[in-house]
Amino acid sequence: MNGYLAILKIRMKALFQYRAAALAAIMNQLFWGILMTMIFRAFFSSTSTSHPISLSQSITFIWLSQALLQLLPWTIDKELESQVKNGNVAYELIRPLNLYTLWFVRSLAMRLVPTITRCLPIFLIAEWFFELQPPISWNAGALFCLSVIFAFFLSSAITTLVIISLFWTISGEGIQRLLPHFSLLLSGMTIPLPLFPQWMQPFLNIQPFRGIMDIPCRIYTGIIPEADVWIYIGFQLTWIVGLVLFGQWLMKRATRRFVIQGG
Amino acid sequence: MLFWKLISVSIRSQMQYSASFITLCLAHFLSTSVYILAIGVLFDRFHIVKGWTFYEVGLIYGIVHIGFGLAESFACGFERFSQMLIQGDFDRVLLQPINPLIQIAVHDIQLMRLSRSVQGGVVLAVSLSHFSFTLFSIHSLVIILSIIGTASFFYGLLVIQAAISFWTLESLEIMNITTYGGLQTGQYPMSFYDRPFRLIFTFLIPLACVAYYPIATLLHHESIPLWAAAIAPLSGIIFLFLACQLWHLGSRHYHSTGS
Repeated sequence: MNGYLAILKIRMKALFQYRAAALAAIMNQLFWGILMTMIFRAFFSSTSTSHPISLSQSITFIWLSQALLQLLPWTIDKELESQVKNGNVAYELIRPLNLYTLWFVRSLAMRLVPTITRCLPIFLIAEWFFELQPPISWNAGALFCLSVIFAFFLSSAITTLVIISLFWTISGEGIQRLLPHFSLLLSGMTIPLPLFPQWMQPFLNIQPFRGIMDIPCRIYTGIIPEADVWIYIGFQLTWIVGLVLFGQWLMKRATRRFVIQGG
Repeated sequence: MLFWKLISVSIRSQMQYSASFITLCLAHFLSTSVYILAIGVLFDRFHIVKGWTFYEVGLIYGIVHIGFGLAESFACGFERFSQMLIQGDFDRVLLQPINPLIQIAVHDIQLMRLSRSVQGGVVLAVSLSHFSFTLFSIHSLVIILSIIGTASFFYGLLVIQAAISFWTLESLEIMNITTYGGLQTGQYPMSFYDRPFRLIFTFLIPLACVAYYPIATLLHHESIPLWAAAIAPLSGIIFLFLACQLWHLGSRHYHSTGS
């Protein structure tokens, strides 16, 4: 266990070095938040019927998404990718560590650091200047934080799965190209999931990506009543366990039969 | 001509890995389609927004995506230009007796990215089928000019991004606001946005002029004379020209990092 924690710590330290990038990203996210707010205001301005979520809830969804954007499983660790491609993964297998856990921890560090450095400034600026509502209650706020922690694990499980898939596809460019766009859409970052048509809801409700953004946002805004929160956190947990077990099984299959190319 | 030869070399090299090429095309087509899906979802719920219907927005969306796709396929060299400077590869470019701007332009052509234009083209075609525009009319002319203007505009943005790296290699990520942010902004009618924002994207960054004003005029959403709407996309070409001037100015500034 200590070994994995050490790796987590070292990776995080390395990633914390990119401060200029963080500043640029914050500006970028503020721009997107303002843009999306204007777009949603335009849409809501032309309607008198009631919708599953209100304008102010939608705006809160937008800003939470912008603050937690880096939580999304949209990129994979480039170093791990090249390890699989150039065969250096063989060295990793020699280490007395479980390769799945190692990759999972690295993915977790890759998600945690950019989110930590970016979320707080965006959160505060959006709260002061751009209509991000505070959580519906203290409890909801605390449960939101808990749910975000699970979202990190869920996101890392998905990322790790994508890296493992590289054993079969080598280049994996297809998946890597699709991943950011579909995870944006399915997690509810592009459009809050409650606004999707009714007939899509059964599918949207069971897919894992909603556990990354949609569920935390719904807890924050109180769309999910406090009494039901545990069901949704259970949903996140189920997907985490399922994806981790599937990933470990896949990793076992991959490492049993793979051939290292080159020498 | 040498220019076309360089382009054809680039294209042939990509066709060597046809399976990978097709997969990537398909992936890019699908991933860029996500955005029209999102707009569709919103219109499915809100029907008419500030007087605009889904198919009217589809015209603008289609033009912007065709233009962006053209620019991003043929401007990869500019997109990765900062890498070229860091690694000192630009020195090699300067040694060759061809205009460096053209060399960078043909340095890396990614045909795969044209699938975004195909996606935009499908949206444009489907949207057009809901209007009774005749083929040979001022309407088609305005749409074609608008596509040319949009492509030049986004190309200009990428050239500016490259030009800036002559002065600073830091925080180029900020340029994403103008490229991908510009794409996202341009997808929707400008009348959706607040006034200061609209003014910036009309006069400072002429995004509104290349697609929004021409189309909005055709659809009678803006009361601008038709001739003015037809020549508005020219601002995209002027923008590209100015961007190239900036790039030239920057290249005179250039000191090799040496290696």
